[in-house]
Amino acid sequence: MMIEVLFVLIVTAMAASLLGVFLVLRGMAMVTDAISHTILLGIVLAFFVTNDIRSPWLIIAASLVGLATVYIIELVSKTELIRQDAAIGFVFTALFAIAVILVSKFAGNVHLDMDVVLMGEVIFAPFNRIDILGVSIPNALWQLSIILLINIAFVTLFYKELKVTSFDPKFAYIAGFSVALIHYGLMTLVSVTAVAAFDAVGSILVINFFVAPALTAYLLVRRLGAMIGLAIAFAVLNSVAGYFISFHFDLSVAGTTAFVALITFMIVFLFNSKGFIIRRIQKQHQKKTFSRAMIMMLMNEASHESLSQKEIMSHFNLSEAQFNRHISYLIANEYMEKDEEKYRLTRRGEEFTHYTRLKYELPA
Amino acid sequence: METLITIKDLNVAYQEKPALWHVNMSIPANSRTAIVGPNGAGKSTLIKSIMTLIKPISGKIDIDGKDVRHALKRIAYVPQKGEVNWDFPATVLDVVLMGRYVHKGWFKRPNRQDSEIALDALKTMKMEAFRNRQISELSGGQRQRVFLARAIAQNAEIYIMDEPLQGIDITTEKLIIDVMKALQQEGKTFVVVHHQLDTVEDYFDHAVILNKTVIAQGPVEAIWNESNIEKAYYEMSGHHD
Repeated sequence: MMIEVLFVLIVTAMAASLLGVFLVLRGMAMVTDAISHTILLGIVLAFFVTNDIRSPWLIIAASLVGLATVYIIELVSKTELIRQDAAIGFVFTALFAIAVILVSKFAGNVHLDMDVVLMGEVIFAPFNRIDILGVSIPNALWQLSIILLINIAFVTLFYKELKVTSFDPKFAYIAGFSVALIHYGLMTLVSVTAVAAFDAVGSILVINFFVAPALTAYLLVRRLGAMIGLAIAFAVLNSVAGYFISFHFDLSVAGTTAFVALITFMIVFLFNSKGFIIRRIQKQHQKKTFSRAMIMMLMNEASHESLSQKEIMSHFNLSEAQFNRHISYLIANEYMEKDEEKYRLTRRGEEFTHYTRLKYELPA
Repeated sequence: METLITIKDLNVAYQEKPALWHVNMSIPANSRTAIVGPNGAGKSTLIKSIMTLIKPISGKIDIDGKDVRHALKRIAYVPQKGEVNWDFPATVLDVVLMGRYVHKGWFKRPNRQDSEIALDALKTMKMEAFRNRQISELSGGQRQRVFLARAIAQNAEIYIMDEPLQGIDITTEKLIIDVMKALQQEGKTFVVVHHQLDTVEDYFDHAVILNKTVIAQGPVEAIWNESNIEKAYYEMSGHHD
């Protein structure tokens, strides 16, 4: 039965990260965070009317509040009186606060626990079951699987439209595509997915499930299709690792998965071919290569053919240690020779300066 | 020359002050029209109004006598380089293929024939060797070439370009002008926001001098003179320095 928890987690992560790719590319990560909180207001309001925590009205009401959130944020930031980040900050906290007040005042004794709302508890998922074609499966798994299929269908059908409206919305508009339709379609699915993911991962962590795998993939790819595939792969990887680690150490499943997502992101960020560490190493290496090339180019100029250690050091402002390192390399590779305390280029060194000029496109 | 784009009494305002005031103009079919004027003259606002990206306070814009909203697909827009996210995960060919989306409508994906058209457009812009390059790796001039290639792949009649020669290398500038002249021979019309005063006569055959309102418009040889330029650049803006 516990393996069902893993299935719920994986399906949630896949459904969220698929949409997350476009949220990241449109710079809408924080809007998503806002939605994932304000949908609580929709859930609470619908709950008061239906008194049923499993009613589909909860999803509908929550989605409407999610869309309203996006709309209000756009309305406020369009006035240009305050910036978009500020608009997000106050719109979502205001709506969320109303939900919190309502929960604390009126729903104190029903099953709408603030801890579960905020943090989620995926290990409870298997207790709420539904029969589908005679097979008993967790309700959350059933709901989220349907939402995953809807998200896949949306991205497949509107792939070209999502791509062009994300890259160049003005061009897309002139080409005859309704940018607003795609925008609000995407935001509706984000709201629906966030609501369904609510029990599983809670309102705080769901943003991580949306954007972390997409951001990790973004660092590695050159094309949109690859980004989608890789984001889903990271979503599954994070879920599986998070599930087993959390069970081994008895931790919160969603919390551990979100933390694993951070770790995979950091690993990619630091170690990918364009990443932080590799770039540092390349820079160091490049600095060395440039310094050696500069020394040789100088000595290829007229009246600098033969230079002493002191002259080279003062010209390039080198320390003795730096000088020794460069010179021993240049002599070992036969670019330079030493002759009575003076250094001069070898034939090989002269050829090297010639090719370096061509390579760096410098004037001869 | 026959008139292609007609603008009647266009007024646009962002805040309290008008960006465009009582603009009446016409752009001839098959022309290379430059939109020239000082900073803040409303050049970008004008072309964005033509493409209905901005809602004017009043005014009427027609293409071939029909409301522009029904003729948007006849326009290929070449935006300023800074208007899109160049870190978007796409190759050069991906971006140029977007020019074909206009002919696909909703749902349908570009096919092999579209790829061939896109590749031909890249060849025209001398960028075919870069087709699989990620767009973030391109220089400013190469980015501008990709945008123009996308417009060519779109095979539209009207090219609207926002400062295409801003911040690019000489080779690309020359290529863009050559391509523009070649496409004019095929019957295309160009509306170009242009910021270099010294090249207007070489690059364009028609011009609109703008500073909130139209200062002068007509064939370059008829209107491109000191008095009109002075009117747009010094008198209207209130700088007498």
